[in-house]
Amino acid sequence: MNILLLLVWIIILFAVVMLHVAYATYFERKIIGHMQVRLGPMRVGWHGLLQPIADGVKSFFKEDIIPANADRPTFLAAPIICLVAMMTSLAVLPFAKGWVLADINIGLLFIFAMSSLSSYGVVLAGWASNSKFSFLGGLRSMAQVISYEIAMGLSLVGVMLLSGSLNLSEIVEAQGNSILGMYLIPQCIGFFVFFISMLAETNRVPFDLPEAETELVSGYCTEYSGMRYAIFFMAEYIGMMVMASIGTVCFLGGWNGPFAVPFFPPLWFVLKIYLFMFIFIWIRATLPRYRYDQLMDLGWKLLIPLALANIVLTACLKAMIG
Amino acid sequence: MFIQIFFGYCALMITLSGILAISLRNPVHCVLMVLVLFFHMAGLYLTLNAEFLAAVQIIVYAGAILVLYLFVLFLVSLREELHLDAFIANPWIGRVIAGGLAAALLYVIPAFTLGEKGVWSVEAIKQVTHTKALGQEMYSTYLLPFEIGGLILLVALIGGLALARRDEGATEANAADEATTPLPAQSDHKEAAQ
Repeated sequence: MNILLLLVWIIILFAVVMLHVAYATYFERKIIGHMQVRLGPMRVGWHGLLQPIADGVKSFFKEDIIPANADRPTFLAAPIICLVAMMTSLAVLPFAKGWVLADINIGLLFIFAMSSLSSYGVVLAGWASNSKFSFLGGLRSMAQVISYEIAMGLSLVGVMLLSGSLNLSEIVEAQGNSILGMYLIPQCIGFFVFFISMLAETNRVPFDLPEAETELVSGYCTEYSGMRYAIFFMAEYIGMMVMASIGTVCFLGGWNGPFAVPFFPPLWFVLKIYLFMFIFIWIRATLPRYRYDQLMDLGWKLLIPLALANIVLTACLKAMIG
Repeated sequence: MFIQIFFGYCALMITLSGILAISLRNPVHCVLMVLVLFFHMAGLYLTLNAEFLAAVQIIVYAGAILVLYLFVLFLVSLREELHLDAFIANPWIGRVIAGGLAAALLYVIPAFTLGEKGVWSVEAIKQVTHTKALGQEMYSTYLLPFEIGGLILLVALIGGLALARRDEGATEANAADEATTPLPAQSDHKEAAQ
């Protein structure tokens, strides 16, 4: 019975997240459209509302082309590795008090582990396609993810120090109910580092070098088509959602808001995630792409030392105050 | 019961992927098999309630070290596969030695005795969570070994830096000598980038 209930929860979460992913693409196109003074999708449904569904149906029925010289098993597995890794991290996210599939003690570490696994999908896709564009995209992504994962992990150590826990629900509880309790204020350096490495981890503009279309066609997914290409897309958007959720949980006080919502407790959580997603899209519409050596310089020479300094500072302050 | 089945599955997968990792032809597939192996090792740690160790196993080994291995593999041209001459010409000699080693290991298994039980039983760890227990032990009881380990790593790090950083006044011949191995791969990638 318990297992059945859990299965139902998993299916509901899956459906909700998939719907979100579909409409995140719609919002992205709409917002960028309006920022560039055009309309975005308008044809399918009222103001293009059915566009994501049309896109989904289209990519589902498209032919799945596998290059002749590709490494077949790896080529087929790569997008699935990406998606599975991203989907698994959804299990530990606390959407509201008690609204979490698996309330494990190492929630934060689990998400790190899964996000490092998803980089395998990208790297293997690049290698297995047997194409130079894909391969370069894969290599870039690998180097980028390794470098920025360090900065990201270190930036969250401050949060772990303050809350004294790795459990995501406990981190939210530790921040309390008021705006002043949010770790955004005592951990502003940590948040700065986290935010930049979050953009780099999800391969978003201004760090989208792995799929820089002006130089690499579309990077690691150049050779993919149809549903497999769509799976990469889904993984990227779920990755954005997961990163936005970590930001919400660790720095913005999770599900807590100015007042409790009676029927839909995760409302504040969802609103905060939307805020993050909007900023993701806003940045994409505004900033140009970094050059590769600038990207590496930023990661290793600025973010990692800054995050380390933040850890020392936080630990000293915590030791002095309490 | 469930734990035993899970242990059996993990043990089976570890042996299988270990064997595949050394017997597959394609080095990238071998690395993937090692990835599968690491995941099942993390699973084994979970059966022992060592969740922190399991997470670190995946983050450090699967997420960083193995990715660096992949990086090296990608930069070496795999098409001209390395062929090494066998150390011993007759494979059967090697098989006999390996079999003998395995028999010797199996022979000493009965001599294994369980050590004394420490303070941290499974229940005690469950109460304070594994991360906290590990941290407390590491920074109090085992502080000195921990610091020594840190120092050794720091020495290795500085050594790596010193090796990677070439002298300003190094002779050109020296520089060319150092660059012989990675050169073909690098030129490959320059071509690809163009």
